Amino acid sequence: MKPFLEVKNLFVSFPTEDGVVRASDDISFSVSRGETLAVVGESGSGKSVTTLAVMGLHNRKRTNISGHAILNLPTGPVDTISAPEETVRKLRGKSMAMIFQDPMSALHPYYSIGNQITEAWSLYNDGSKADGTKRAIELLDLVGIPGAAKRVEEYPHQFSGGMRQRVMIAMALVNNPSLLIADEPTTALDVTIQSQILQLLRDMQKEFNMAVVLITHDLGVVAEVADRVCVMYAGKIVEQAKIDELYYRPDHPYTLGLLNSIPRVDRGGDQRLQAIPGQPPSLISLPQGCSFRPRCAHSKLVPNNRCATDVPELYEKTEAHGSRCHLTESQLVQIRTSAGGHS
Amino acid sequence: MLKFLAKRLTATVVVIGLISISVFLIFSYLPMDPAALTCGKACNPVVIAANRHRLGLDVSVPVQYGRFVKGLFVDRTWGEGAAKFSCPAPGFGYSFNRHECVTQLIKEAFPVTFSLAIGSFILWMLLGISFGIVAARKQGKWQDKAATAFVVAGVSLPVFVTALLTLLAASKLGLVNPIEFGRWVSPFTDPIGWLKTFYLPWIVLALFSSASYTRFTRSNVIETSSEDYIRTARAKGLSEKVILRKHTLRAALAPLLTLAGIDFAVLLGGAIFTETIFNLPGLGRLSINAVLTDYDLPVILATTMLAATLVVVMNLIVDVLYAYLDPRVRVG
Ligand SMILES: Nc1ncnc2c1ncn2[C@@H]1O[C@H](COP(=O)(O)OP(=O)(O)O)[C@@H](O)[C@H]1O
Ligand code: SF4
Ligand SMILES: [Mg+2]
Repeated sequence: MKPFLEVKNLFVSFPTEDGVVRASDDISFSVSRGETLAVVGESGSGKSVTTLAVMGLHNRKRTNISGHAILNLPTGPVDTISAPEETVRKLRGKSMAMIFQDPMSALHPYYSIGNQITEAWSLYNDGSKADGTKRAIELLDLVGIPGAAKRVEEYPHQFSGGMRQRVMIAMALVNNPSLLIADEPTTALDVTIQSQILQLLRDMQKEFNMAVVLITHDLGVVAEVADRVCVMYAGKIVEQAKIDELYYRPDHPYTLGLLNSIPRVDRGGDQRLQAIPGQPPSLISLPQGCSFRPRCAHSKLVPNNRCATDVPELYEKTEAHGSRCHLTESQLVQIRTSAGGHS
Repeated sequence: MLKFLAKRLTATVVVIGLISISVFLIFSYLPMDPAALTCGKACNPVVIAANRHRLGLDVSVPVQYGRFVKGLFVDRTWGEGAAKFSCPAPGFGYSFNRHECVTQLIKEAFPVTFSLAIGSFILWMLLGISFGIVAARKQGKWQDKAATAFVVAGVSLPVFVTALLTLLAASKLGLVNPIEFGRWVSPFTDPIGWLKTFYLPWIVLALFSSASYTRFTRSNVIETSSEDYIRTARAKGLSEKVILRKHTLRAALAPLLTLAGIDFAVLLGGAIFTETIFNLPGLGRLSINAVLTDYDLPVILATTMLAATLVVVMNLIVDVLYAYLDPRVRVG
């Protein structure tokens, strides 16, 4: 069966006064129903821009978008990049739903949560207001809000951050979407709440058999929930692999850096965490060659200074594992070994 | 909500009491002497003293205030014997210049000012808000630039200039009938005559006031449009029309309520320039005449208190409405 979402050669850029911001640069990935794809990268690497393009949420007049984001619906494929805006709008909330980083500001402060959930429901369902409220309560219950029947009439400010994110999830699920995009759903929450929300997302994915795209800047959280991972750097996917592959045989120095900067139980307590030195480049003027080169500790291993001149192509070691780096497999084995822990 | 209301209502009564005391004190200690002003040709200290007694100014200021307050609730009488006269409650005193109870004067002037205020208010809200929305939606386009020009003209031209220019243009076009000019007719007996009297001053006040509402609406709509919850609304699949109507405008226009309420209340207190230029016998003209020509203390006192009370009461109404609109400020 075809994956539910296929993103192919997606480019998104914004013309600004300072220059063109190339936020998504030749992005390709796919995700099937029942599968979770994590998109990982530092803040500003283009994760949100990429997924907003899939949802058709960019202002088309002020954004340059090309490529494809194909939803394989039961009725046939639709490309949300080229389909008419009205067609894409009618897929939002029904076939594809999205939740956002900050649940504090993502809900309308003036309407009760019941009103906001019912509004989404009644877009795609005929039925009375009472039916909508019943469905809202059902979902609030499902996402673990105690006393849902009573709380449905309350307003966003009466909920804690974690509870609001649950409300957002309930609202996103109200029309049984096939694809759920979660854009850093736990970044704004307390650590203890974070794992509860991730757990909830995993449960809901099973319940609704959804394709899930989970965006995060924290490679640490994806281990428990993701099947596959895309690592983004400066607008490009630099590595793409199954979760175990990525953890144990990372192919890109940036992924290695990310892995070294998260606490790992299997490495013992005395291992110091190492943040990747330096800053990501400006998306308006990317360095020549590999975008990661200014921060890369291994570019000297590549002959002829190619890292500074040639943009590395996506090299697909296997169909499921690809990376953009000039290093050879034997060099990588050496690097992984000396980094410790990875084999 | 009830507790909130009770608290606000008490505060409102206290504020109005304080305002009345301040106004009373200010006018009591001004260096003019109404007893001397109403004294007439054959003026001597004896007549002035008699006058002072007749006007009730020969007692201490607190006693005067007490009588004034009493007069609000029960009928009040001045003078003795044949010269005796009284004003029924609620009374704001007696105008010795106009030989009329102040309440009666206000009763006559208020409908004029109210007509002026309500018409221009509706007009300016409609103009201001719709221009603001269009400007926000067409940011940077010609519609936006036209709205900006309108705002600049509106806020930089003083209202009497707009009023005079409008009047000039209207009379050149033969739209002004000098006999009917500024004639008060009730909208219930002669709706067409009422419209004829008021449409020009409505336009003048609306042009003047809608400018700031255009600017306010525009910036609020633009600001609200970039809120996260608008993106959420879009992600749900709502149409742009519903997003604008239900989500953006609700949040963008709620803050306008406070401004609109106060502006309307101030206008209800009398529009001095507009009423004077358009010859309308409203509260604004009543006050300005009382101050400039007559030094008619009871009238000044009453109109000032009325204006202040309107603002305070409107503030209360606006707060209650706002609490209804924005659940975050609802208490209890
Ligand atoms: N509407 C826009 N106009 C101009 N630049 C934008 C716009 N939206 C995002 N960007 C830029 O695109 C880059 C990627 O942003 P984003 O996708 O939000 O990053 P993240 O990976 O943190 O989600 C950032 O440099 C951001 O400033
Ligand atoms: S291509 Fe060169 S600079 Fe880029 S990640 Fe690989 S080694 Fe480092
Ligand atoms: Mg983001």
